[in-house]
Amino acid sequence: MKVLVTVKRVIDYNVKVRIKPDNSDVDLSNTKMAINPFCEIAVEEAIRLKEKAAVSEVVVVSVGDQTCQEQIRTALALGADRGILIETENPPASLAVAKLIKAVVEEEKPDLVILGKQSIDTDNNQTGQMLAALLDWPQGTFASELNIENNKATVTREVDGGLLTESLNLPAVITSDLRLNIPRYVSLPNIMKAKRKPIDSKTPESLGVEITSTNKMIKVESPAVRESGVKVESVDELVKKLKEEAKVLA
Amino acid sequence: MSILVIAEHNNQHLEAATLNTITAASMLGTDVHILIAGEQCDQVAEDAATIKGITKVLLAQGKNYAHRLAENTAPLIHSLADVYSHILAPATTFGKNFMPRVAALLDVDQISDIIAVENDNTFRRPIYAGNAIATVESSAVKKVITVRSTNFEAASKSDHSAPIETIDTAFDTGTSSFIELTKEESERPELTTADIVVSGGRGMGNGENFELLYKLADKLGAAVGASRAAVDAGYVPNDMQVGQTGKVVAPNLYIAVGISGAIQHLAGMKDSKIIVAINKDSDAPIFQVADYGLVADLFEILPELTEKV
Ligand SMILES: Cc1cc2nc3c(=O)[nH]c(=O)nc-3n(C[C@H](O)[C@H](O)[C@H](O)COP(=O)(O)OP(=O)(O)OC[C@H]3O[C@@H](n4cnc5c(N)ncnc54)[C@H](O)[C@@H]3O)c2cc1C
Ligand SMILES: Nc1ncnc2c1ncn2[C@@H]1O[C@H](COP(=O)(O)O)[C@@H](O)[C@H]1O
Repeated sequence: MKVLVTVKRVIDYNVKVRIKPDNSDVDLSNTKMAINPFCEIAVEEAIRLKEKAAVSEVVVVSVGDQTCQEQIRTALALGADRGILIETENPPASLAVAKLIKAVVEEEKPDLVILGKQSIDTDNNQTGQMLAALLDWPQGTFASELNIENNKATVTREVDGGLLTESLNLPAVITSDLRLNIPRYVSLPNIMKAKRKPIDSKTPESLGVEITSTNKMIKVESPAVRESGVKVESVDELVKKLKEEAKVLA
Repeated sequence: MSILVIAEHNNQHLEAATLNTITAASMLGTDVHILIAGEQCDQVAEDAATIKGITKVLLAQGKNYAHRLAENTAPLIHSLADVYSHILAPATTFGKNFMPRVAALLDVDQISDIIAVENDNTFRRPIYAGNAIATVESSAVKKVITVRSTNFEAASKSDHSAPIETIDTAFDTGTSSFIELTKEESERPELTTADIVVSGGRGMGNGENFELLYKLADKLGAAVGASRAAVDAGYVPNDMQVGQTGKVVAPNLYIAVGISGAIQHLAGMKDSKIIVAINKDSDAPIFQVADYGLVADLFEILPELTEKV
């Protein structure tokens, strides 16, 4: 069995984003970049399946410019077997990414694709579901537990009302939530080993996919800032303020 | 053209976020239809028919829709899409699950998690955990939209009743099946609609200590939330997580206890009207968004606060 995992290069989750003065976009120059945290969890899950011998090969795919090689290398150092970079100038919108991954799925024929549930930059939460629709595969989104057995995936999903378990026929698409696993640290020897693992390059043209989007970003602004509040000294003062000033307690 | 809202419900009643989604839909047109897909959910359809702004209810019932699996729901919505210019669902785990699937079937990009409607094709939405607000223009023939409920009022009841039309097409791909839903029942108000929310973080120390928060919450009639750290550590279940990747809340009063205030947490609560922070570290970033901050040990403060509110 083969697993495909996707990794997106995004701003490091600890870094606060800057907005360009002309409000045309965010400014990512000289910003620390990393693997999208959800994708790291997706890679870890694929590697664990391989360690359990449920899976024989883990292929990692990223869509973006040459710098995404770094994130693919990190995934290879975590234990993925080989990488594919689909080269585009900027990361395309979710539907285009889903179409590109679909084209790779048709070449690679994996039994399972694991994506992150959400990119922490666009906060879209779309790509996995779109890929599943394009492939006409079942999907297990926001997964916090995954078991593969008898050509079926049992997936526990984090939903607003609790935990929902579904059974999916393979092949299937899974998107990872935060509690699916805790990714391991990359070790130095594995970083060295990863340097020898192959990364294939592809382009949207070579995959026959046109990069378009029906969404156009016309402006990016800072959110309204909250006026800074006050520190109170005691519970009595707090309760008084909540009742008399804020009027949120009766 | 008309507007279609996909109802979130549990076969017995509509979930609150549906009402906020209807308000967003009403900003886009006057002919707003609502789809109820489920099993034995006539009552939900009858309720939906009396909501202000709804001009028609589409009711699709069957075993195949009982748990609203994305594999069956998405093709159903796709099959109805012809007469609609916009299709909206709440940006809850319900809507997030199948809506992108609908978008892909329609070959359009989804507009996720909108917080404002500028006009028919322009919307505002948070990106980067709410640290930036994007204005997005969509050229899609059919716009597939998920709605952040805290930014729209709930639609109210009206005294008329819209017609209910039965949809007979039964999509059943058979590729997925429901096994179980486990949830911890609670008598407290629902997190996303509560007037007051009390949330605990890693500072609570363990699950038993959350009792201190439950006592305060019960005195206030509040819902209880948590940070990711508290959920990850197993103090409380996942459905209590507030934040970028959990639930978004905007109550009148949000009390953060033993929560440091990471951007991912703020993303889920900083639109609350009044924020109170209780933390023993005076430099904790939560104080930057708090209207009232109390630097103190929560174990001393919580019993006193519970007594005095
Ligand atoms: C991709 C991604 C998504 C995320 N999504 C979310 C999300 O949706 N929601 C979320 O909450 N987090 C999210 N996080 C995690 C987030 O970055 C923080 O790690 C998390 O919010 C920290 O939780 P905390 O404030 O409870 O814990 P900590 O940061 O450890 O803070 C604990 C606080 O408790 C205080 N404290 C300790 N003891 C006491 C005491 N006795 N009395 C008073 N105060 C005390 C401490 O001073 C400290 O400020 C996400 C992270 C990533 C990478
Ligand atoms: N440019 C990209 N390259 C690789 N994977 C991506 C890319 N964009 C999105 N994905 C995958 O899709 C998931 C969900 O992304 P999104 O729909 O943008 O929130 C991410 O966690 C990634 O796993």
